[in-house]
Amino acid sequence: MASGVKPRVKVPKSASAGEAITIKTLISHKMESGQRKDGDGNTIPRSIINRFTADFNGQNVIDVTLEPAISTNPYFEFEATVPEAGEFKFTWYDDDGSVYEDSKSIAIA
Amino acid sequence: MKFKALTATAALLAATTVYAGGADDDTLVINGEIEMTTKVAAPPHMADTGISELISGWHFRSDETQQLQTDDFENQGMIFVDQALEAWETAEGTEGKSCASCHESPDSMAGVAATYPKWNEEAGELRTVQMQMNDCRTNRMGAEAWKYDAAAAINMESMIASQSRGMPVNVAIDGPAAEAWEMGKELYYTRTGQLELSCASCHEENYGNYIRADHLSQGQINGFPTYRLKNAKLNGVHSRFRGCVRDTRAETYSTGSPEFVALELYVKSRGNGLSVEGPSVRN
Repeated sequence: MASGVKPRVKVPKSASAGEAITIKTLISHKMESGQRKDGDGNTIPRSIINRFTADFNGQNVIDVTLEPAISTNPYFEFEATVPEAGEFKFTWYDDDGSVYEDSKSIAIA
Repeated sequence: MKFKALTATAALLAATTVYAGGADDDTLVINGEIEMTTKVAAPPHMADTGISELISGWHFRSDETQQLQTDDFENQGMIFVDQALEAWETAEGTEGKSCASCHESPDSMAGVAATYPKWNEEAGELRTVQMQMNDCRTNRMGAEAWKYDAAAAINMESMIASQSRGMPVNVAIDGPAAEAWEMGKELYYTRTGQLELSCASCHEENYGNYIRADHLSQGQINGFPTYRLKNAKLNGVHSRFRGCVRDTRAETYSTGSPEFVALELYVKSRGNGLSVEGPSVRN
């Protein structure tokens, strides 16, 4: 597992049914591209988050493929329509097989 | 058609005159609750500088960059603050102590960033926050000192700064600190390098103008450590000084050197009255 990885998510606590809400996610990750060399000229192996998904009550909202050119600490902001109260589940997939998860519930106001 | 094109050019020109690298009039509120003083009357010691109003570097940035600092979620500097909050609780060294063992809550650091560099009576020296941290590490924790402006040190400094956000910078420049302050002032006005530039050449005489494609600010350090988009990490004051001196094509002093500590005090005192912003976001 890459060091210092910490997912963060910002979801409103409540929304009206059918409302499109803005979700922000940020994960601290060094996103080593695999293109760089260290001081001795050896290639630093690639280590990035290659996939990000968000699900709402089991239904997929967004599924993103990340490539090596994406800079450190990837940030995503997107909108999702909330038909009912429930839980958003966020998952980040690391090259090394680690999976980072976070979830946030939202109520209908 | 020609008329339209001309109008467009005129409009463009007008726009550039207004914005030509100058400070804007936006207001900075963080998380919708911390109101920042980003413009304030200059302190009395700056009477002969020609600067009557202090302007935070925040005003010289684009709207997009400015916005990043208004919300801790979008301010990536806060990632490092979080890492430092963990380090705060982590015991290190032979004494088995963490920062929290003595200082308890990080809140206890409120006001520190506003008043450092500060004269330390016991040690008989002017100390920056990082010097004070290393004093704690070596003498109280039995841990190794952090290298100046190393990631761990700068993260902790940003966490300490974040506790003072919104408080006015107020460093003491009289009494025992006066000597260092004079030395810092001397350095500020000394032209260095092949380009023969002093700090004042850019940040006093030309703030608001362009330097190549970038805007020159007043060189305030109330927002340090600063998260810079160009290198996606926190940058320390001394590292910034090094960068500036290097750009004049001079040999630089090293980070943590007495010269830079003195310069830090002097430059910080030029921001007396502005809110502590660290960690701020700049490009």
